[in-house]
Amino acid sequence: MKEKLKDALALATAVLVVSALYMVFIYAPTEANMGNIQRIFYFHVSFAWTGFVAFFGTFAGSIMYLIRKKRCWDILAVSSAEIGIAFCLVVLTTGPIWARPVWGAWWTWDPRLVTFLILTFMFVAYMIVRGAIEEETKRGRFSAVIGIIAFLNVPLTYVANVMWRTIHPDVIRPDKVDLDPRMIHALFMSMSAITLLYVILLLWRMDLEGMRDRVAELKKKIMEEA
Amino acid sequence: MIEVSRLWKSYGPVDALRGIDLKIEKGEFLTVFGPNGAGKSTLLKILSTIIRPTSGKVITDGIDISSANEDARRRIGVISHKAFLYGNLSAKENLLFFGRLYDVPDLEKRIEELLAEVGLAHRANDMVRTFSRGMLQRLTIARAIIHNPAIILLDEPYTGLDQHAARMLTNLLKKLHTEDKTIVMTTHDITNGLEISDRIVIQILGKIVFEDRSANQTVESFERVYFEKVGEGK
Amino acid sequence: MGHYLKKVFLIAAKDLRIEFRSKEKIYSMMLFSLLVMVIFNFAFEPGAEYIKDVAPGILWVAFIFAASLGLSRSFVLEKEEDCMQGLMLSPLDRSGIYLGKVIGNFIFTMMIELVSLPFFAIFFNLSLTAALPPLMIVIVLATFGFIAVGTLFSALSVGIRGGDMILPLLLFPMQVPVIISAVKSTGMIMAGSGIETYSQWLKLLIAFDIIFFMASFVIFEYLIEE
Repeated sequence: MKEKLKDALALATAVLVVSALYMVFIYAPTEANMGNIQRIFYFHVSFAWTGFVAFFGTFAGSIMYLIRKKRCWDILAVSSAEIGIAFCLVVLTTGPIWARPVWGAWWTWDPRLVTFLILTFMFVAYMIVRGAIEEETKRGRFSAVIGIIAFLNVPLTYVANVMWRTIHPDVIRPDKVDLDPRMIHALFMSMSAITLLYVILLLWRMDLEGMRDRVAELKKKIMEEA
Repeated sequence: MIEVSRLWKSYGPVDALRGIDLKIEKGEFLTVFGPNGAGKSTLLKILSTIIRPTSGKVITDGIDISSANEDARRRIGVISHKAFLYGNLSAKENLLFFGRLYDVPDLEKRIEELLAEVGLAHRANDMVRTFSRGMLQRLTIARAIIHNPAIILLDEPYTGLDQHAARMLTNLLKKLHTEDKTIVMTTHDITNGLEISDRIVIQILGKIVFEDRSANQTVESFERVYFEKVGEGK
Repeated sequence: MGHYLKKVFLIAAKDLRIEFRSKEKIYSMMLFSLLVMVIFNFAFEPGAEYIKDVAPGILWVAFIFAASLGLSRSFVLEKEEDCMQGLMLSPLDRSGIYLGKVIGNFIFTMMIELVSLPFFAIFFNLSLTAALPPLMIVIVLATFGFIAVGTLFSALSVGIRGGDMILPLLLFPMQVPVIISAVKSTGMIMAGSGIETYSQWLKLLIAFDIIFFMASFVIFEYLIEE
């Protein structure tokens, strides 16, 4: 039953992704100032939003792990972190692709961009720490500490960067984009698609981690019997 | 008195302790034997409140130590093969530091007595990093009993000691034993372990598999039992 | 409470005594801090006017690098003869160990910074006497925030193989809000601006200090207890 539900969810994700692609590339009108490059924005924003949700998942899983010490929370935390990193890499790639023609530079120290970059750095460090610890409960505890502290730093990093920018008024800001209703529909559709993609990837990734545990357990049993 | 009931500790998929039941009377000296990986250190660390058990209980004199309250810790002294001493502090400074952490009254005098007792009075102001392994272990004993604990826990105290230092340790432990302290020790050292304790148990793979009074066993007979049990466990 | 604080200071005093005795850490941190100032100097044209604009940045990079060098050693002390276990056995709440280490690290780092400061003034030909009182506020706030998180991560990294290498990966991204605030306010103070121009940066530093001190204070126990 549970497997069937996941299959259904996967199918729904596929349908939504295809619909989102249709809406982003065909349904939504071409933006007047920026041209076709603006279409990247639908996915950029969706991945950014979902990447952030993913790190929140790690944050919540980490807190629960420290309180309850149950492996399932650690599994949630690490699975969500991995997806979060992947999604943030999408954000950090699509950002410059958009920025180059529109703002005239691959990289700008835009507060949101910097915050995502720092967040990605922190969670890569989180994965490195996990890789360096063999013992399961210690790995869970140590990485949970990082998961919590790193996430708490998000608002401060963002605020610091916003304040930092206001002191450099010569920043190239994008013109206020007047959103056509069809653009909002497309954005909404791609956001739903990517959020669902996160959910299904998370479920799969958690299963995978569970399977790893199961394999380790079986190996141990074989060792004991031999 | 220490009462351990159905103590269980898991590290993820690994079960270090699988249901330990033990009763240790006040003033009794219990030695826990067992091969590496039997979970002996884990047991001692739980008794000393350093690690929380996954399930089960430890009650010392009516206090559940899983509440890990400060009073429970005041009653426990721990000696392991690691010293818990700072190399860049002198022997006396180390004892002053730990004594103050335990609010030991009349500390200076207590330190003087202790250093004399473990034969280090003349090295009181030397840096601990200059000490030999045997001297370090003697200072460790002074550190562990500075607050006069009722319970003393020893984790492999003979590791790395030469014959002479081991003999000295045995004598010090015997003396502590006569002072009506409850003592639990883990060791591989059958000769020393058997000699000083009242009771012995063998722990294998997180379980107690054998228990007897030390007086009923000779080194030879106990060695036989030990290797038989360890062989079964493998 | 008085008992608790007495023991907290006992731990801090013990750390300071050990560091002052071996001196190894004092010399390394001091030298490192000066080296950063000197090396960075070569990145710019000799005698260029704009050196005054980048000087605050160099100062804070020097401080932060030297402080992380010190932090990486902070818990090595407790690990060598398993002293951490000795502390955990004592009738002091686990948070007291954290607090004691924070105070020790804070005093030590502040000292190194204050001694480096005159060298900074000489190297970059700056007159800091008028700026000193407000600058002290910035140094105290920024150093405390850095040490509050740094002490937690130091305890974490000492328990991992290759921890020395991982510690900066955790520390530097965490310190982005601190570095930005410290550099900006130091720049304004050196330019002779009034407190109203940089008070928002001080507020950010205070927010950082409070959030991460509280979080680390609570989390520390979960980190060290198996």
